[in-house]
Amino acid sequence: MTSLTIYKRELGSYFSQPTAYAIIVIFLALSMGLAFSFGNFMRIGDASLEWSFFFWHPWIYMLLAPAVGMKLWADEQRNGTIELLGTFPLSTWSAIVGKFLAAATVWLAALVLTFPIVLTVNYLGDPDNGAILSGYLGSFLVCCTFLAITMLVSACTRDQVVCLIVSVALCVTMVLCGYDDFTRELGKAVSPAVVNAVTSIGVWEHFRSLNRGLFRLQDMVWFTSAIVVCLLGTSAILSAKRA
Amino acid sequence: MIEVENLTKQFGSKRAVDHLTFTVRKGEVLGFLGPNGAGKSTTMRMITGFIPPSSGDARVCGISVIDDPTAAKTRIGYLPESAPLYNDMTVTGFLRFCAEVRGIRGKERNEAVERAIETCFLGQVALQSIDTLSKGYRHRTCLAQALLHDPEVLVLDEPTDGLDPNQKHEVRQLIKRLGATKAILFSTHILEEVEAACSRAVIVDRGRIVADGTPSELLEQSGTGSLNDLFRRVTTRDTEAAA
Repeated sequence: MTSLTIYKRELGSYFSQPTAYAIIVIFLALSMGLAFSFGNFMRIGDASLEWSFFFWHPWIYMLLAPAVGMKLWADEQRNGTIELLGTFPLSTWSAIVGKFLAAATVWLAALVLTFPIVLTVNYLGDPDNGAILSGYLGSFLVCCTFLAITMLVSACTRDQVVCLIVSVALCVTMVLCGYDDFTRELGKAVSPAVVNAVTSIGVWEHFRSLNRGLFRLQDMVWFTSAIVVCLLGTSAILSAKRA
Repeated sequence: MIEVENLTKQFGSKRAVDHLTFTVRKGEVLGFLGPNGAGKSTTMRMITGFIPPSSGDARVCGISVIDDPTAAKTRIGYLPESAPLYNDMTVTGFLRFCAEVRGIRGKERNEAVERAIETCFLGQVALQSIDTLSKGYRHRTCLAQALLHDPEVLVLDEPTDGLDPNQKHEVRQLIKRLGATKAILFSTHILEEVEAACSRAVIVDRGRIVADGTPSELLEQSGTGSLNDLFRRVTTRDTEAAA
């Protein structure tokens, strides 16, 4: 119940300030712009959104998701409001969950607003809407993973800029590791075991199968555990900082 | 109502609070005096459950803040030193949020918020955004937050800091009035406040209690009839502490 109260406050704070609107508008412009330019949405003649649309999402999220999550704990620590939260009768965990869900809701709103492209492919061709839905799920999970990482970083610092830079660096690493061109080049330099290890922290393997419409348990487990580990880490850091 | 027993806080090699023991009974206003860095805020943060003590215990209405922090926190109203607030909310919005976090909902919540606004003279700014408030109003908004759930125990960290003389007077009167039915612990640098609002005062220095008594007893101890002289005699100046 207290999670819900925290959730409402955080969501209110995103939408009472320009943050959420700026992020949503930039996300829509980038995702549509990339789909119609480099994604060759019109010329490719394919009524799936796999390559033209969803392919670009991790690249956009790695830069924009930290912008949404960076204030979550950094701001509380800078303003001292963490002292209020810490003395209210609520658990750190419920605050973490509430804040995380609020940030995820901003991104859910952004994703929902890309619906015209789904209408467009349905008008132009005969796509597999199940695969599109699964693509959306994969995209949202990648975003949530990046948000969870940002939250972990924001618990460590009171400076939003530091949080943004470090989180973007981590997210960029997760996008590059496992990206085909990158692993191919890496394979020339190091042994396959190292390449495998590096690939496993990348998001592509799990994102790509969902994007193709393939719902695998292992991908769900990967995304869920990445998110849960980051949130648990956040809780551990916040309690350690107070001690 | 507040029972502090051998409370100790160690930060690395520095002992901020050193086996502090005192009690505040219902109907008592205890003034907590001491130079900057004497451990006043640290003690208050431990009583309110924001930071865990290194050893010792604090009980609020008989509930240990270590064994059952959530239950203890429901009995306490706390005004942190810098009066932190969420700047993106309105005064009413903020107080409603605080009430909800404390489990006060619906009609009861609106009544509690109205009562707190009235008690702290916030009527004029009730619908104003917090980032536009003057320091006096910010302080009182944070004080209102501490009164929402009509707690049995109030912990106020420098409640009159940064207020103009009129506001200081109002807050002192308020503390005195509330003190009739609650146990109040408040810290201050202003020695006249002790005579104006406290029923008892302790002076702490380097984490230990160096003087304890009713205002008249302390005046007697001073020998000269001035609390200032007593304060200067029993506490260490930070220039000496460094040496």
